[in-house]
Amino acid sequence: MSGPNTEFDPKQVAALDAQAIESMVAEALAGIAEASNLDELKAAKTAYAGDRSPLALANREIGALPPAAKADAGKRVGQARAQVKKALEDREQILIAERDAQVLQAEAVDVTLPVQRNPIGGRHPLTTLMERMADVFISMGYDIAEGPEAEAEWANFDALNVPPDHPARTMQDTFYVESPDSGVVLRTQTSPIQIRAMLERELPIYVVAPGRVYRTDELDATHTPVFHQIEGLAVDEGLTMADLKGTLDHLATQMFGEGIVTRLRPSYFPFTEPSAEVDLECFVCRGASVGDPNNPCRTCGSEGWIEWGGCGMVNPRVLTAVGIDNQKYRGFAFGMGIERTLMFRNGVTDMRDMVEGDIRFTRAFGVDA
Amino acid sequence: MRISTSWIRDLVAVPEDQTGRDIAERLIDAGLEVETVELVGAGLDGPIVVGKVLQIEELTEFKKPIRWCQVDIGGTEPSGIICGARNFAEGDLVVVAPPGTTLPGDFTITARETYGHISNGMICSERELGLGEDHAGIIVLAPETAEPGADASKVLGAGDEVLDIAITPDRGYALSARGIAREVAIAYGLDYHDPVENPETLPGPADERAPAHCASDDLEACPLFTLRTITGIDPSIPTPQWIVNRLRDSGMRSVSLAVDITNYVMLELGQPLHAFDLDSLQGTVRAGRAQPGEKLETIDHVERELSTDDLTIRDDRGPIGLAGTMGGADTEIGDETTNIALEAAYFAPDVVARMGRRHKLTSEASRRFERGIDRTLAPIASARASELLVELAGGTYQGMTAVEAPMDERAIEIPTDLPAQVAGMDIAAATTVAKLTAVGCTVEQSDDRLSVTPPTWRPDLTDPADLVEEVVRLVGYESLPSTLPTAPAGHGLTHAQRLRRRVGTVLAARGLIEVLTYPFTSEADANALRWNDDDPRRISPRLANPLSDEQPLLRAAILPTLLTAAQRNVGRGFDDLALFELGSVFLGAAGSKAPPRPGVTQRPSDADWQALEGLLPDQPMHVAAVWTGDRTAKNWQGSGEPATWADAIATAQDIADALGVDLTVEQGADPAFHPGRCAQLMIDNAIIGHAGELHPSVIEAWGLPARACAMELDLDVLMQRAPLVHPAPDFSSHPVAKEDIALVVAENVTAAQLEQVIREGAGELLEDVTLFDVYTGDQVPEGHKSLAFALRFRAPDRTLAAEEIAAARQGAIAAAEGLGARLR
Ligand SMILES: [Zn+2]
Repeated sequence: MSGPNTEFDPKQVAALDAQAIESMVAEALAGIAEASNLDELKAAKTAYAGDRSPLALANREIGALPPAAKADAGKRVGQARAQVKKALEDREQILIAERDAQVLQAEAVDVTLPVQRNPIGGRHPLTTLMERMADVFISMGYDIAEGPEAEAEWANFDALNVPPDHPARTMQDTFYVESPDSGVVLRTQTSPIQIRAMLERELPIYVVAPGRVYRTDELDATHTPVFHQIEGLAVDEGLTMADLKGTLDHLATQMFGEGIVTRLRPSYFPFTEPSAEVDLECFVCRGASVGDPNNPCRTCGSEGWIEWGGCGMVNPRVLTAVGIDNQKYRGFAFGMGIERTLMFRNGVTDMRDMVEGDIRFTRAFGVDA
Repeated sequence: MRISTSWIRDLVAVPEDQTGRDIAERLIDAGLEVETVELVGAGLDGPIVVGKVLQIEELTEFKKPIRWCQVDIGGTEPSGIICGARNFAEGDLVVVAPPGTTLPGDFTITARETYGHISNGMICSERELGLGEDHAGIIVLAPETAEPGADASKVLGAGDEVLDIAITPDRGYALSARGIAREVAIAYGLDYHDPVENPETLPGPADERAPAHCASDDLEACPLFTLRTITGIDPSIPTPQWIVNRLRDSGMRSVSLAVDITNYVMLELGQPLHAFDLDSLQGTVRAGRAQPGEKLETIDHVERELSTDDLTIRDDRGPIGLAGTMGGADTEIGDETTNIALEAAYFAPDVVARMGRRHKLTSEASRRFERGIDRTLAPIASARASELLVELAGGTYQGMTAVEAPMDERAIEIPTDLPAQVAGMDIAAATTVAKLTAVGCTVEQSDDRLSVTPPTWRPDLTDPADLVEEVVRLVGYESLPSTLPTAPAGHGLTHAQRLRRRVGTVLAARGLIEVLTYPFTSEADANALRWNDDDPRRISPRLANPLSDEQPLLRAAILPTLLTAAQRNVGRGFDDLALFELGSVFLGAAGSKAPPRPGVTQRPSDADWQALEGLLPDQPMHVAAVWTGDRTAKNWQGSGEPATWADAIATAQDIADALGVDLTVEQGADPAFHPGRCAQLMIDNAIIGHAGELHPSVIEAWGLPARACAMELDLDVLMQRAPLVHPAPDFSSHPVAKEDIALVVAENVTAAQLEQVIREGAGELLEDVTLFDVYTGDQVPEGHKSLAFALRFRAPDRTLAAEEIAAARQGAIAAAEGLGARLR
């Protein structure tokens, strides 16, 4: 009961007939359907299903009916009220869904706005390139060997078949520690790691040695006194120059694409004999630029080949210096400059960019060269 | 070694159609690195002619003296030519570029008015013609070199090509026309006639003057010493143009006929020669070690203090030359010299090399001796030079004295198939023999072995491997197959290698950018970092020959070189930086006054190897980072967030987390850092690094933005603690109980100290504790602060009862009270 029934009208008992109930329902359904938002629906609910709604009033009249008519009228009114209630619920669901959709729409943003970021930094491309090259060898079963940058002169020179007064010592301009006779140098090459590997490891040996090396060059576009090399060494029974060539070809293919091979040219290194320079087939023009002035290649200077590194069969004297039987075992070794590789692989034109630490340089590479 | 193709062609009949480039490619395939092929007179277009200077009128009214010359260039009338050079006289033969000729640099000669005359051409220098570098004056040809009007380009060798070959230390024989021509002959499969094999006969000695006498006091260092005497040369005779051209193309300047002849023969045969002024010598000329305290002024007019290890050439008065390196000034031949003692000798490579290093002196001669010359060549080369002195300089040959130790020839024994075995391809025995014979070896074959005696000019061929290289390079490296050896199963990356990569990735993911700086630093850097006098980082290895005297030390910390990289970026307009570096540092002294020098004929003993290792400084791997300016950039969502001391500490903690190591942070006191904002990073009670805000004076020293922050730690120590296996966690699914406590403590109590006692006091039920508020102000007493912690409790096996939680909370509070805390 919501209040005194002041508007009670006995005539309305007539409303309990079927026709009257139907018209009440029709009116209610139309009114509910018209409700276009939840507020209107709330009003419609009061009007058609509230305490004073026609159907509620009709319900109240049932008690006044003769017993025979009570059941019939009760059923009729009950069905009508259920129908209206259902309509209200359905309509409410629709309107709630509409309202929710509107709220979400209103909350839309411009997702293209530049958002506040904590951008990732970068790893130096020399680091990641060295890792990538080393990983090619890891997949072939090699281990990564390491050694100190301030190194015993014996390991950097003597054991590598560069005797004290050999002109090869002046091929590489060496930083000496403390005094030129201290016995300690900044390693001029990663090759002393070979010596350490052969002294410390069991045969056969398959290692790759990336690292930082030093020579007294002035910094310019193509030289830096502090640079990086990756060195490979295999010592096993029956190794051949063909094995060396195949290993270099495999590296070339992994780094530069299917079909890219290397070329060996005779050269001299004290620690290898025979020795060779390693050229890489140009992975950009694949030699097509040679003799074709209309299609010059910047990567190889239209030579078709790019100077990449040095290699050779480990000089048996080096094996002797570390106590390996050079009648039974042979070795091959090779080395490349990482800076140089980065220059032609990634199109770096000035080596100074790699050493100055300008954030724009490293950032451009992200976390992989 | 620079050599013209015409010189090569004098010695070997290279087919006419082969250009310098063609020859170069053949040589490259054989292992001689031809760096450039240059055209003599490149850029010269049009005739150049020989002119005879008939008359010179000196024009003095201009700023510089100018000559107005009448030059006979073969026409009916002489040509009038203006010339600014002064190194010629009337009657001299010069080279004239007439109007219409284009000189290198695209400079076309025209008849034009200059200095008040119409100049009909140009009198040229070497450099103006693109022939060489000499521009000290114009070219003056020897009298009767050619008639006026003759084609001067022919006279000067223009159009010839010059190969510039980088000779590796093993191929000393290729520092001569003789050696290069041999390689060309082998490369083309042509016959080669060694110019040394048929020495011409010397004129018989005259008796007017006894030959100068020679001796060797050290037959190890100087096993062959010869001295020939030539008298009566005419010092006024100029060098014939063909010798001038050859010297010029090989990069040497014409000096005087006698000197030019010694240089010419050296370039031709590879034997350095030295001409003494005979009249300046006293007594026997001998090779011998310097005496203590001796000095020598060499011909470059440097007075050199000699070591008793120096091998000198000496006469009765003392040293007169550094053997095989440079002669002395007192006995040098000059403009008046008519009598010559010509030295030709063999000096041991290591002796010359050591002397060159000691005196920082190299010469054309020492480059050859260092690499090892032909042990038999000295008397042959000096005969050749003597003949030229007789023939061209008008001298009279007087004879030779010589001293020579016996020479040992050693055959190298190899299996015939060794080259094939090493190469990994088929090489027929006959091919092996043929290639070895071609380079000059004597080969004896028996069964499946070869006995190979290398030629005297190949001292580099000492081992079987050397012979293998000769065979394989001449067969051609391009024939090598490509095969892959099977390595045994590998181990993958080591633990440390994996961890280093991980640290790099974590730092990059944190927004830091990796740089790789040169590890060179200085005492000034150590001072700028405010390191104490007894800071162990002040002791790091010093370079004997640093790139810059201002940075002679190897770094004992990454920080100084990293700060310099930051400074450079700031200088380029980037104030917001986060840089890191992973790299070695160098701690402690290195080297020794008498370092061990194990031999190389066997594996070093363990003791020797340990002694070598003992020479080295400690070289731990460090990681360092530096921040300046904002960590996040200002944008429409708000202002930028400055990077602070907290970022530095957090980064160190992230590294430790990534490695699975517990890192403890304590209030620290590294002098490079802000005294109140420095954390020391601890593992097992040992300091492994610092993080925080840099000291203002450090920031100022490197010119960085205010409040720059940094971190550096010893990564090796961290990595040693990193677990190989991370055990799985064991965690409870029972409900959590959360309790917050706010504690008021004195300012000097650190958060870490408080947290530590809370953990201890709360007991085993404590799952986690988080500091969530720090307050100082009116609500707490002066000199105090309030720290609020969120505590999480959980039991492994049950839901906690209220009394248990209360007890644990009370335990934490009670423990904190031990630090003077009271509950707020
Ligand atoms: Zn290309």
